[in-house]
Amino acid sequence: MQILVSVITLLLLSIVGYELGRRRVLILAGARRRDLHSRPQYHGLYVALWCAIPGIGAAILWLVARPWLGRIVALPDTNGATTAIVAAIAGITGLAIAHRRIAPPLRARIAVERIARAVMLIASTVAILTTFGIILSLLFESLRFFAKVPFFDFLFGLRWSPQTAIRADQVGASGAFGAIPLFAGTMLITVIAMCVAVPIGLFSAIYMSEYATPRVRANVKPMLEILAGVPTVVYGFFAALTVAPLFRGIGESVGIGVSSESALAAGMVMGIMIIPFVSSISDDVMNAVPQTLRDGAYALGATRSETVRQIVLPAALPGIVGGILLAISRAIGETMIVVMAAGLAANLTANPLQAVTTVTVQIVTLLVGDQEFDSAKTLAAFALGLALFVITLVLNVIALRVVRKYREKYD
Amino acid sequence: MTDTTATPLTRPQRGSSPRLLRQRHAAERRFRIYGISAIVIAAVVLVALLGSIANRGASAFFQTEIALDIYFDPEVIDPEGTRAPDALYSANYQTLAKRALATRFPEVTDRRAKRALTRLISSGAGFELRGMVLATPALIGTTARYWIKSSDDVDSFVKNNVARDAPESDRRVKDNEIVWLDALIASGDLGTRFDTTFFTASDSREPEQAGIWGAVVGSFLTLVVTLSLSFPIGVLAALYLEEFAPKNRWTDLIEVNINNLAAVPSIVFGLLGLAMFLSIFGMPRSAPIVGGLVLALMTFPTIIIAARAALTAVPPSVREAALAVGASKLQVTLHHVLPLAMPGVMTGTIIGMARALGETAPLLMIGMVAFIVDIPGSFTDPATVLPVQIYLWADSPERAFVAKTSAAILVLLAFLVAMNALAVILRRRFERRW
Repeated sequence: MQILVSVITLLLLSIVGYELGRRRVLILAGARRRDLHSRPQYHGLYVALWCAIPGIGAAILWLVARPWLGRIVALPDTNGATTAIVAAIAGITGLAIAHRRIAPPLRARIAVERIARAVMLIASTVAILTTFGIILSLLFESLRFFAKVPFFDFLFGLRWSPQTAIRADQVGASGAFGAIPLFAGTMLITVIAMCVAVPIGLFSAIYMSEYATPRVRANVKPMLEILAGVPTVVYGFFAALTVAPLFRGIGESVGIGVSSESALAAGMVMGIMIIPFVSSISDDVMNAVPQTLRDGAYALGATRSETVRQIVLPAALPGIVGGILLAISRAIGETMIVVMAAGLAANLTANPLQAVTTVTVQIVTLLVGDQEFDSAKTLAAFALGLALFVITLVLNVIALRVVRKYREKYD
Repeated sequence: MTDTTATPLTRPQRGSSPRLLRQRHAAERRFRIYGISAIVIAAVVLVALLGSIANRGASAFFQTEIALDIYFDPEVIDPEGTRAPDALYSANYQTLAKRALATRFPEVTDRRAKRALTRLISSGAGFELRGMVLATPALIGTTARYWIKSSDDVDSFVKNNVARDAPESDRRVKDNEIVWLDALIASGDLGTRFDTTFFTASDSREPEQAGIWGAVVGSFLTLVVTLSLSFPIGVLAALYLEEFAPKNRWTDLIEVNINNLAAVPSIVFGLLGLAMFLSIFGMPRSAPIVGGLVLALMTFPTIIIAARAALTAVPPSVREAALAVGASKLQVTLHHVLPLAMPGVMTGTIIGMARALGETAPLLMIGMVAFIVDIPGSFTDPATVLPVQIYLWADSPERAFVAKTSAAILVLLAFLVAMNALAVILRRRFERRW
């Protein structure tokens, strides 16, 4: 609330500053408008920025420093308006200084443009800061986790049961943090998903880029985009309430026991979700294969399918592999489908009809609900998150490199 | 790529042999069929997905109601006759509905049967009556016919979600209740009507009182934060990288980071939000401001990528012309290049926002998964968002929540369709091919 008030205050002050600066330079220049180095708007902006930047800086400083200051001197309680007041004081000071500097020869445009460039540079570093934030927060919490649970027990342990004991004599509260069952479950579901997504995605991409008329293309492409645009929570609902009971029913009718949280249901639905990723990337790379290669094959008498299999696919293979790697990383990191349709029990099995759990499911289960922040249970989620981040990062880097390397060949 | 052509095509053995040619053409046809069936499978799945949800969800927009002659008994509402708002507010209005029901079925005398009878109407019926009385206190002492919401069990039963001939133990609605319901249907006192509660109420434990408005408001507040952070950052960063940045290590690092961030699993952003914003900065749990922040960090790489594509599409001649008449580099960019690229930037932003609207996992991490009855009024109030509401309802055991969940999904999809349609319109109307 106080932040909002401060922002509004500074905004109003800056608007006032803009007008003051613009008018002042016009008055000072009088009839000799050509003596102005910069157009009047820049003088206005100059004052406005001189008001806004010190104001924002002071507000941030105040917000950070107030808890410490409060301990030293008793601060008057003014309903949180203090931040706005501090910001306003700094803003008005800056405004006054800048206002006095305004003169026709002032190189206001240069100053304003320098600030604008700096703001852009700062905006572009947010990406780096975000990555740093992710790495630091994951690493920091994971290190605290590994102080409680040995690193290799986590990475190679075969038993996952994160219920730590509240009392020493509690039953089943051993607190085993072996992540292998989770990795295996994630792998199983990912493999099932790719078994669905790769053939369907690849074949539809082949059809779209090599066979389809422009009209078919114009209709099918949006359809696949819809498939990509459906929120994952919707897929999760579909998996849990439609697909899983369906598989269970089929299993019952042929006499096979299918778990109602089977890896198969979650994996199949996840595969459907991933079809558009595979197909759009494959479509792109196949379109990038030069037409001359195809024409050469046709000239030798090859049919279309022979051309696709023996010319286009081999030429596009690196790009397609890159796309599949990206799709795998997407499948590993996918959360909602498995949270809603896969199980919670960490079974170490390769049977797709049984329930398995995944890394993302466990992160959600460990962190949803109130927990103290220091227990091994909560910290384990960050260790899992770190593993997830590292795996997907490696996959992404390889995939992007493969795709880029291949694209350069034709450019 | 010439090495791939070195592999021989079909073996050059008497290529004109009719048998071989037939085989090759059959292979061609098979291959084509594989392609078509892949597309057909995808289409069928899409139809099944949307169809099953629409099918389940359609009934949730309607609510079964029972017409009752309600007597607003002054003895119950306001025994002291003061008409003080506090007294009116705290009176037991549910009793009025129960009594009306008892007068409707005077033959029910058994205590257990009476209790079963009261289960026909929603436990929130009292709140509706209270609202009416508080609005017009003159109602007290009068009798009038009102449509009262039925309970969710009755609602499911009437909508034929539960088979009538199932064994009684499998049904939530028992045999004697069916008799009463049939009597109500026969006299025209039971009907389904469009359910406005679903669009105006917030979450509730009772399906018939639960609505999505709280979640819609939460989504809106969250997206406002997301948009106001990710749009400026994304556009400014794209402008810098595309128009100003020198080609050096630092710029390369930024680009690698942007590409990687776009592919980081969303749940990792949730972990970042939990560890950074909640634990270190001490921001409030479940608040739209934190959700918006997390989603903004997820969305801005998408916006940067789209904005850069739009900026590169602006031909260099525009820049050169502006430079030639004496514009500074920043003026070229802000006055000429950016306005021309704006449709593309907007399209990318809307698509990024649509993705943020459908995002669930990172918001679970920062506690937006709590059961929240109040409609959020500010950016720091506890709130939930539409997809999380869907997730919460999908987990509820009550049967009626299945329909509510599907209906909420339909609403979410409607928003997404609207946003994407807007993006398409923008692209069609304003995008220029150079």
